Amino acid sequence: MKEYSAFSVLRNAFTGNRDWKPAWRKAEPKPAYDVVIVGGGGHGLATAYYLASEHGLTNVAVLEKGWLGSGNVGRNTTIVRSNYLLPANTAFYEHSMKLWEELSHELNYNVMFSQRGVLNLAHSPSQMDDYARRGNAMRHAGIDAELVSPERIARLVPGLDLSPEARFPVVGGLLQPRGGTARHDAVAWGYARGADRRGVDIIENCEVTGFLREGERVVGVATSRGEIRAAKVAVAVAGSTGQVMKLAGIENLPIESHVLQAFVSEALKPLIDTVITFGAGHLYVSQSDKGGLVFGGDIDGYNSYAQRGNLPVVEDVMSELVALFPGVARVRLLRSWGGIMDMSMDGSPIITTGPLPGMYLNSGWCYGGFKATPASGWCFAWTIARDEPHPLNAAFSLDRFRRGLVIDEKGQGATPRLH
Amino acid sequence: MLIPCPYCGPRDVGEFTYQGDANRVRPALDAPRAEWETFVYERVNTAGPHREHWQHSGGCRAHLTVVRDTLTHHVLSAEFVRPGPVAKAGS
Ligand SMILES: Cc1cc2nc3c(=O)[nH]c(=O)nc-3n(C[C@H](O)[C@H](O)[C@H](O)COP(=O)(O)OP(=O)(O)OC[C@H]3O[C@@H](n4cnc5c(N)ncnc54)[C@H](O)[C@@H]3O)c2cc1C
Ligand SMILES: [Zn+2]
Repeated sequence: MKEYSAFSVLRNAFTGNRDWKPAWRKAEPKPAYDVVIVGGGGHGLATAYYLASEHGLTNVAVLEKGWLGSGNVGRNTTIVRSNYLLPANTAFYEHSMKLWEELSHELNYNVMFSQRGVLNLAHSPSQMDDYARRGNAMRHAGIDAELVSPERIARLVPGLDLSPEARFPVVGGLLQPRGGTARHDAVAWGYARGADRRGVDIIENCEVTGFLREGERVVGVATSRGEIRAAKVAVAVAGSTGQVMKLAGIENLPIESHVLQAFVSEALKPLIDTVITFGAGHLYVSQSDKGGLVFGGDIDGYNSYAQRGNLPVVEDVMSELVALFPGVARVRLLRSWGGIMDMSMDGSPIITTGPLPGMYLNSGWCYGGFKATPASGWCFAWTIARDEPHPLNAAFSLDRFRRGLVIDEKGQGATPRLH
Repeated sequence: MLIPCPYCGPRDVGEFTYQGDANRVRPALDAPRAEWETFVYERVNTAGPHREHWQHSGGCRAHLTVVRDTLTHHVLSAEFVRPGPVAKAGS
């Protein structure tokens, strides 16, 4: 029987809710595993889950230096979409979308995936042309996309300033109805429980401090809780990629770490029931089930490993929100925080074997790694289990820069802070 | 975050434009391809004191080399990229 069900909720209610099992065991590190995954964020946990469920590899440990959810998986604005232009991204993120659509059932854990739609606003005719091009590319790949008129937007988002006097008048938009949001913590916890129940050890407060080597080959890790040997060592540490890879002697990577801030307002009555993005700047906003507006904008724009940002971006993001929804000008901000993003040179991720023998790397998630979580774990597990990439992540190689095969969705060139 | 511009004094980060890692050295035009690949696509991505370029674009417009700790955002030093004759403020 399923661990979580209406029946189990009822049964546990009668016994005072004393019999629930913890979602994952407090595992002690064993001396050796088949696979060790460094980083217990969404991607590391999803990788462990799919290694066990898709490839039968259960002698696996996930090592997390803090607690589960302390990284970006618990800091993001939870937007899920697959509205990309370039073929490699389109196929990968749509695979992720399909996994999202089944995820709560697959994990028997409510990740609160809500397909409330993602609406990109356009503020000029040329932007509409650009959206038409991207929308057509999506539809060509079998992904839902609709160009929408201001009249339709007025019905979808009544609170939005659609007047011609708006600072940047809205001329239309691109809607992906299947896009939406999910509960980020639940994604981490759901994958963690799924992996745990299949035998994976999830080890918190276990920082990787070095790599064990036999010649070139990586044969395990040194950690704050002792040495652990492994036939395969997979790194999925998002914003910490540079620091962790340096422990293996890799000094240079096509990645810079930057800080991205996020904001939550006090709770409001229902105002926004889709995800909206502002096209004349960079702002994305949705409303949580508790009523808070959850929103963010640009990264601060300078290299950073500090999980906090500065005030110019705060001012910028607030002014963009108020440009769209003048009515929220006097709403108070409840919380803000920052997370460290692994910004890659072309804005696309890296999921690959190597760069050293015995090692596997998952990185370069920029602003958008939360929506990638299911597909990233799925593809990374495949890559680890079979020692070669799945066709869905074959393009996300580390040598694509050298080979001139960059996947630059925005056409910004090798300037990570602009992706 | 305040950046102490050697010309204008300490100013808010909002007045400055980030121009990236100052440790990168542009290879010679005829340098081997691998050197150019490293220059264009790879970064050391330092955690700790980081040499980087900023322009005081909302002020005197000077280009600065700043050393800043990427773990704390603490600015350790800021100097002109190219030292040379500088007019005195107000002159
Ligand atoms: C403010 C903000 C908003 C965002 N909004 C969105 C959004 O709306 N939609 C979207 O798709 N994406 C969004 N993202 C991006 C997304 O959150 C990330 O790309 C994604 O979570 C990264 O993968 P992860 O979950 O595995 O990372 P993390 O949760 O950061 O996991 C990495 C883990 O590695 C651990 N680690 C690091 N070093 C070590 C070590 N030496 N030993 C052991 N463990 C280590 C860390 O503690 C951390 O828990 C946002 C990010 C931020 C910061
Ligand atoms: Zn100045």
